[in-house]
Amino acid sequence: MSPSPSLHLAVALDGTGWHPASWREPVSRPQDLFTAGHWAGLVAEAERGLLDFVTFEDGLGLQSSHLLEPDDRTDQVRGRLDAVLLAARIAPLTRHIGFVPTVVATHTEPFHISKAIATLDYVSTGRAGLRVQITARSNEAAHFGRRTIPRIEAFDSPDAQELVTDLFDEAADYVEAVRRLWDSWEDDAEIRDVTTGRFIDRDKLHYIDFEGGHFSVKGPSITPRPPQGQPVVSALAHRTVPYRLVARQADIGYVTPHDAGQARAIVAEIRAEQEAAGRAAEPVHVFGDLVVFLDDDPAEAAARRDRLDTLAGEEYRSDARIFTGTPAQLADLLEELRAAGLTGFRLRPAVHGHDLPAITRGLVPELQRRDAFRRTYEADTLRGLLGLTRPASRYATA
Amino acid sequence: MSKPLKQIHLAAHFPGVNNTTVWSDPAAGSHIEFSSFAHFARTAERARFDFLFLAEGLRLREQGGKIYDLDVVGRPDTFTVLAALAAVTDHLGLTGTINSTFNEPYEVARQFASLDHLSGGRAAWNVVTSWDAFTGENFRRGGFLPQDERYSRAKEFLATTHELFDSWHGDEILADQASGTFLSDAKAGAFVHQGQHFDIEGRFNVPRSPQGRPVIFQAGDSDEGREFAASGADAIFSRYATLKEGQEFYTDVKSRLAKYGRGHDQLKILPAASFVLGDTDAEAEELAREVRRRQVSGATAIKHLEFVWNRDLSSYDPEGPLPDIDPDLGEHHIARGRAQVRMYRDPLAVAREWRERAAANNWSIRDLVIETGNRQNFVGSPATVAKTINDYVQADASDGFILVPHITPGGLDGFADKVVPLLQEQGVFRTEYEGPTLRDHLGLAHPDAVAEERAAS
Repeated sequence: MSPSPSLHLAVALDGTGWHPASWREPVSRPQDLFTAGHWAGLVAEAERGLLDFVTFEDGLGLQSSHLLEPDDRTDQVRGRLDAVLLAARIAPLTRHIGFVPTVVATHTEPFHISKAIATLDYVSTGRAGLRVQITARSNEAAHFGRRTIPRIEAFDSPDAQELVTDLFDEAADYVEAVRRLWDSWEDDAEIRDVTTGRFIDRDKLHYIDFEGGHFSVKGPSITPRPPQGQPVVSALAHRTVPYRLVARQADIGYVTPHDAGQARAIVAEIRAEQEAAGRAAEPVHVFGDLVVFLDDDPAEAAARRDRLDTLAGEEYRSDARIFTGTPAQLADLLEELRAAGLTGFRLRPAVHGHDLPAITRGLVPELQRRDAFRRTYEADTLRGLLGLTRPASRYATA
Repeated sequence: MSKPLKQIHLAAHFPGVNNTTVWSDPAAGSHIEFSSFAHFARTAERARFDFLFLAEGLRLREQGGKIYDLDVVGRPDTFTVLAALAAVTDHLGLTGTINSTFNEPYEVARQFASLDHLSGGRAAWNVVTSWDAFTGENFRRGGFLPQDERYSRAKEFLATTHELFDSWHGDEILADQASGTFLSDAKAGAFVHQGQHFDIEGRFNVPRSPQGRPVIFQAGDSDEGREFAASGADAIFSRYATLKEGQEFYTDVKSRLAKYGRGHDQLKILPAASFVLGDTDAEAEELAREVRRRQVSGATAIKHLEFVWNRDLSSYDPEGPLPDIDPDLGEHHIARGRAQVRMYRDPLAVAREWRERAAANNWSIRDLVIETGNRQNFVGSPATVAKTINDYVQADASDGFILVPHITPGGLDGFADKVVPLLQEQGVFRTEYEGPTLRDHLGLAHPDAVAEERAAS
């Protein structure tokens, strides 16, 4: 992959922010969480900061403080809107920023998601992606009732590992089916040939005939090939099995190193899996995920985190490293992690109303001063912003 | 005492994959680009229409084993386009067809509840069913559903989504920053549904939306379909846009409401209707003839005949007489994925009637298809069309119409500019929206209000 002139920055949006007490901050307006206006404002701020894209979290059950099962808590944000529809609702209000909603592969249909993301690409004129995730929660399986997922007692048990490996293999199949559907119309399939009366050249439409362990899909898509050809596929990954999904099927992997050494090791593992999957030559971004508390004074940021922890009644923990400090200190850290092989970052603002503007108005100018971030949007599509070329359809005959 | 004038309901269907659409017209634009949908929706909203309607496709149609290529092919995802249209409109209802066979209640319920939140209460669902294995080949479930279980699954699917919508009452989100109580109820969204088709339980994760539930539309003409609509739909799409047929359908369906404890106005009847406008009636008639010729090319005429004959008729001359062989009565295999195929329940009788009509009028195959095919419901000057629409509605042939222009995205513009003002002058069509939600436009009660009335009575 040719070296990118600048690092890439995304912001992960979820509720009022990633700290469970973020909704109690005066700057948060939790009553607005289920309105389009709330999200439009956040995305406008991210676009003002020239960020590459936003992600929207999603899930097929209520949020929970427990990793594997629901809770009955009433003191945290619960309930959310469908991430793909949310992205589609906001996209027409913006011009440059990318939209990457979360999609759960375990209980949904690759055919539906393929056309939904292709359509998101149309409504955003080339700025769509998706973040694929699995769910191993038995309660979410019970919301669908067509497969049983046993209740996992511990993630590290052999049974749980086997289940999770199977779900990730299914997710890889899912993305493969989705990608084939995107390619199933060649770019110039619509001919509108008045002389012969043909609207399409059907020789440029292709059955995908996908057969996997959990589903099969005939194709072709009903939606013509999206503007980017292939919208951007991403996945969050914490260990070898999901790294393999990233290596096999993704354009971006989000990883959670806590220092430069871990970052280097993770990147090496993903590159090795890429090679094993026969994709060594293809560009795959590895983004570091970080939760951020940003203030002009490092002590202020630390005090804010303490205050929120006190409100929450417990210390906030995360799979990702939690950064507390100034925009300049964060810029130092990002440059260090970038030198270890990461190509970009997905920042999780602890409190959207506070930390998102701190990213766009504090961190971004700091990175620009260091010539480490763009000063203007240089491309019209998300692939373009990420330095990814537009691929030809795999079915196209030259 | 004369009856008070009924208010007309108007909606617009963005036409897609059938030969209504004259894609070869120089004025025809894209059927995929969002700018087309945005133009169409803005026109409908400018004209104060109740809603925009989008159909759905889940498998490309085939004829003779090949993908059908003569009509518009391809469409975007229904939910995604409707959500994006909520960003470029403020009042227009957003109605989408979503199939209950190749989806699951939890996911569809959260999509509609999300769309209703994101549009400020403008979502509507046209519930349809499918049973064919052909479409099922694109889905995990496959083509499993026996035809006689169509409505039983659809009914249970709809009832289950209502249970999910109703699992939140609307007062659970306190979001009280001072006390730290976000939810007033630790079990908000809890549901259990055990039935023949669905056995699910847990917590629904989208809080109650502005309309409580999306507006429910239903299409379907069988006795079961009419009964299904009468039992719980808010509006029904009908095929009967002529005066007499419309009145028969209207009377029949409205008469079914009482047994479900529903009032006459709780189910709106809205046929799809096409229109052709001209400066004068004569000019419109001339234009309408031209449109019909362009909608039915020789090749299209042969393909249409093949639906009924269920045979390859490609060796026949579209400008010649109808085939003297009879339809193949075996399983329908010539055209797959086409809804029209089901309209011909007795192909032998249809073929006989068509041959007789063609012979009597000296019609070619193409003439026959033009004459029996797409109806043009309203043809004339703006004044004529406005009068006819109003006459039909006042005569209880319908509560209004879903207009289907033959050109996208600009095919609605003339209607909005010339016909709507005449209806407004006559006092039978709104000049401003009554409220923000689609229920407001259609004069439908909020579902909570209905429940309260029932509880009080």
